[in-house]
Amino acid sequence: MIELKKIKKSFNGQKVLDDIDLTIEPGKITVIIGQSGGGKSVLLKHMIGLIRPDSGKIMIDGVDTTTLGEKELNEVRKKFGMLFQDAALFDSMNVGDNVAFPLKEHTKLKGREIKAIVEKKLLQVGLKDVTHKMPSELSGGMRKRVGLARALALDPKIILFDEPTTGLDPIMCDAVDKLIVKTQQETGATCIVISHDIDSTFRIAHTVAMLYHGKIIEKGTPEEVKATGNPVVRQFIERKVEDNNF
Amino acid sequence: MLRLFEFAGRPFIYLLEEFGRILLFLLSIAAWLFRKPFRLKEILKQMEFVGTNSLVVVLITGTFTGMVLAIQSYYGFRKFGGESLVGATVALAITRELGPVFTALMVTGRAGSAMAAAIGTMRVTEQIDALYTMSVNPVQYLVVPRVVASIIMLPFLTIVSDFIGIAGGYFVGVKLLDINSGIFMARIYDLLVVDDIINGLIKSAVFGFILSLIGCYKGFYTTGGAEGVGKATTQAVVMASVTILVSDYFLTAVMF
Repeated sequence: MIELKKIKKSFNGQKVLDDIDLTIEPGKITVIIGQSGGGKSVLLKHMIGLIRPDSGKIMIDGVDTTTLGEKELNEVRKKFGMLFQDAALFDSMNVGDNVAFPLKEHTKLKGREIKAIVEKKLLQVGLKDVTHKMPSELSGGMRKRVGLARALALDPKIILFDEPTTGLDPIMCDAVDKLIVKTQQETGATCIVISHDIDSTFRIAHTVAMLYHGKIIEKGTPEEVKATGNPVVRQFIERKVEDNNF
Repeated sequence: MLRLFEFAGRPFIYLLEEFGRILLFLLSIAAWLFRKPFRLKEILKQMEFVGTNSLVVVLITGTFTGMVLAIQSYYGFRKFGGESLVGATVALAITRELGPVFTALMVTGRAGSAMAAAIGTMRVTEQIDALYTMSVNPVQYLVVPRVVASIIMLPFLTIVSDFIGIAGGYFVGVKLLDINSGIFMARIYDLLVVDDIINGLIKSAVFGFILSLIGCYKGFYTTGGAEGVGKATTQAVVMASVTILVSDYFLTAVMF
């Protein structure tokens, strides 16, 4: 279970997160929507301890990670897998080594066993015969799949997706959405997805939360959010731009 | 008036901040240097990159440094009949100063810049964040091996540079300018002492530390996408080169 309690974060005096209270239900897909540059990625990075809040608590399975030292935080991070926006694959390693990296770092498995897991994880994300390719040889969609295979390598309980469909064509977006749903169903993991893609959000989410001006202004099932009376949320999901913005 | 002070003080505050950040970075390197796992494979990889791959450039610069030094000192010494001192002059200048300094400057241009560019690219493409999320400390994984490899390899490269520089000087002095080979070598044996070579090698280890520290530091704190990586790389080379030359003066003053 992930709980964020009264999280505040400012950069150079500008409030990005303002008293965020958010509980993520375990074993479900929660999608956090909001405008570009609105602090969604910052919120996600707080959950995995890449950014520390100015105040507030982040509880992961009952442990407040804001007070942990590097060593303890690393133990908590082992529960997570994260897919970055551009996959963040290591340029200097081929696909196989990228996926094997967490296994080599944190397990005592032998080379043969690691190879088998790497192939299994790549197959899980729909990739075959790519272990020797370098990240630069892959398309955007393939990079994200490899990034997801790497995130899944240690069978994490929580998977974070930072704008997984950004920059992909509609068909690949649909493929990635299906992959997220399939991964969640197969692993039972808690999935948190950051997105500003409304279609994608309503296709995959069990819960939708909207971040606006540093606050969670709406949270509920896709149906509840679709039926909301909140004008800001309505404007966002109906993709309307106020006339005075032009 | 207040604005004037503000204007004048800003660069000073920036310098102080930069110094503080480097110091904190250094402390973090020191802390991770002695923590397991010791990444021998990464260190060896970096030793190959910093050392073996810099060999050709060091050989070329070392050879021509010795050669030009022999020509210049020959024409200078000839004015008062001191041609016999060419060998010793080349050997002393190379082992004490030119070998360590030129080697460090060449490695800064080749490997120091590459460190800043590689780590900077990893920063702006979130690969460093990815390491954190996989519970791997990037200072330990990326920085420590580069610093250790540079400290180890710079003295080796300097030995090569010293040897090839003196050989270049010998070739020009003896083969082209007709200085007697026996006299050329005898003067080197007379005037060059082991401490000259050792102090030069100690200097080169310090330079290796400086160039890798600054290269990694600039890369690690890169911001601003591809343009930021370019800026970080340039700053790393300039800052490391200047620091090497300034520290060379102080090291020389203390050692000799």
